[in-house]
Amino acid sequence: MKILVPISKVPDTTSKIAFVDNNTKFSTDNVQFIMNPTDEWYALTKALELKEAQGGEVVVIHAGLADSEQVIRKALAIGADSAFRIDMDPTDAYAISVEIANHAKTGGYDLVITGKETIDYNSFEVGGMVAELLDWNAVALVSKLDIAGGKATATRDIEGGTETVEFSLPAVICATKDLAAARIPNMKGIMASRTKPLTVLAATGADKLTSIASYQTPEKAKECKYVSVDNVAELVRLLHEEAKVI
Amino acid sequence: MRQDLYQHHDYYLIDDLLTPEHKLIRETVRSYVKEKLSPIIEDYAQRAEFPKHIVKELGEIGAFGPSLPAEYGCGGLDEISYGIIMQELERCDSGIRSTASVQGSLVMYPIYKYGSEEQRKKYLPKLAKGELFGCFGLTEPNHGSNPAGMETNFKDKGDHYLLNGAKMWISNSPLADIAVVWAKNEQGKIRGLIVERGMEGFTTPTTHGKWSLRASITGELVFDNVKVPKENLLPNVEGLKGPLGCLSTARYGIAWGAIGAALDCYDTALRYAKERVQFGRPLAGFQLQQKKLAEMITEITKAQLLVWRLGTLKNEGKATPAQISMAKRNSCEIALNIARESRQILGGMGITGEYPIMRHLMNLETVITYEGTHDIHLLITGQDITGINAFQ
Repeated sequence: MKILVPISKVPDTTSKIAFVDNNTKFSTDNVQFIMNPTDEWYALTKALELKEAQGGEVVVIHAGLADSEQVIRKALAIGADSAFRIDMDPTDAYAISVEIANHAKTGGYDLVITGKETIDYNSFEVGGMVAELLDWNAVALVSKLDIAGGKATATRDIEGGTETVEFSLPAVICATKDLAAARIPNMKGIMASRTKPLTVLAATGADKLTSIASYQTPEKAKECKYVSVDNVAELVRLLHEEAKVI
Repeated sequence: MRQDLYQHHDYYLIDDLLTPEHKLIRETVRSYVKEKLSPIIEDYAQRAEFPKHIVKELGEIGAFGPSLPAEYGCGGLDEISYGIIMQELERCDSGIRSTASVQGSLVMYPIYKYGSEEQRKKYLPKLAKGELFGCFGLTEPNHGSNPAGMETNFKDKGDHYLLNGAKMWISNSPLADIAVVWAKNEQGKIRGLIVERGMEGFTTPTTHGKWSLRASITGELVFDNVKVPKENLLPNVEGLKGPLGCLSTARYGIAWGAIGAALDCYDTALRYAKERVQFGRPLAGFQLQQKKLAEMITEITKAQLLVWRLGTLKNEGKATPAQISMAKRNSCEIALNIARESRQILGGMGITGEYPIMRHLMNLETVITYEGTHDIHLLITGQDITGINAFQ
């Protein structure tokens, strides 16, 4: 089985978030970037588990600029066999999806596994769009996946519970928690990643359907005011005049 | 212990001097530490127990002999990678780093550097995986800073060597499968021998009652007419330069490692100082506390630059033992001072196991003493710059 795993690069959750150029651009100064956790922990590792159980090949694909190499090498160090980087500034989910779908169409893949969403924009778009562009089956929020005889059975999270679905391959899966156990690379994997193929593909220049107009950080939490239990009148006054909730 | 919230501190953007591979290695070891070691280390240290299951884990991530060649099952990485691994392990605990230092620099390194091809093939792949656990015997009850005076000796008995003597302060010894032992032959020359557990007359009593490196196991090596096969002699070195070559490698790891302990103390103290409120403002808002924190990051930054440069020299084969001594001495000194100052910032909380500082502080008292005491390293620098031996 040949599996394609799209991986994203996202800021580490401990990064300080700041915007520049009149709040139209995310400042990358001193930001540590990592592989998107759901891509790494669930999508990539599930692909590796399937390969180890059934044989095959795991290929990662990333839409990004040359400074993404560390993230791609990490995927190779964890165990992916080869990698592609689509040379583009990944700002629009549709344009990224077109590039990934173009590659998947001709790559002979049986399965595409993405993480359910990236932890920066949380837009949850690429998996579904890739499936639509390929006209493949798509199952989102998959927490369990079995594949036998070309048939796949997936358990996916739904409101208040889970749903089990059967579908045929090829398909696109969006992975969520519990699909696989996260793996830490080791030094041998890191060494091996040096010589695994990383091919740079020119972007075909798909239309960008969205652009960022501006960013805004959430308001800071307001200071908490304490009122003595003996002073209910003051509490009522504050709720009425300041909080304006009564 | 509280959740491990550690974040790296890189005031001078030294990361820009590292390769993407170095950063991936750091991320790998840090993830392992946060996931597997930080949750258990305090408990093991409090109980003075070595978490022996980690030997396999350290082997799996590749922390044993990472800079030795891949053909022997090792990492084949550069010296900066080795330093980074040691730093991340010691960020957790000096005892854990010691375990990896001993296995990599004091057991695998001499077998690689001074051993025969048969010895390399027999031992290195298993040591790298953590399937074999090793220790290193140089220090003796009567010979610490003066190893040349060692009394442990062996005699040529035709088809074997007969080994007698005792070593002490040996990290890993009570659990080790093999020991690289330095002893004098009948001509008084220091040679290295690989002694295996199970050889008759070889025992490894545990050293109890340590207030330092409590999560690492320490013991003695006692040789009472131990018959050592002749093929267990390390053929390619003679004299004190054998063990000193190993120590240079291990000291280099300590120079990086101790900064890890310092970073963890600083990180803990900085976070605590920003959160803890006294007199209506965070501790970090008081000048006396800012002085402590500012001096800490200054010393950490200087030490980071020193070991990075030492790493590039070592990669080029140009690092001298005296340069390594200077870095080991400096890192231990700043780490111990930072641990003490951090402990003060945390007040009473600093002495509890809820925070890692007191554990680091106690550990660093060993780190500043072993592999050449603080004073001995000063004399190595002194001799190097004056040309005059002031050891005796």
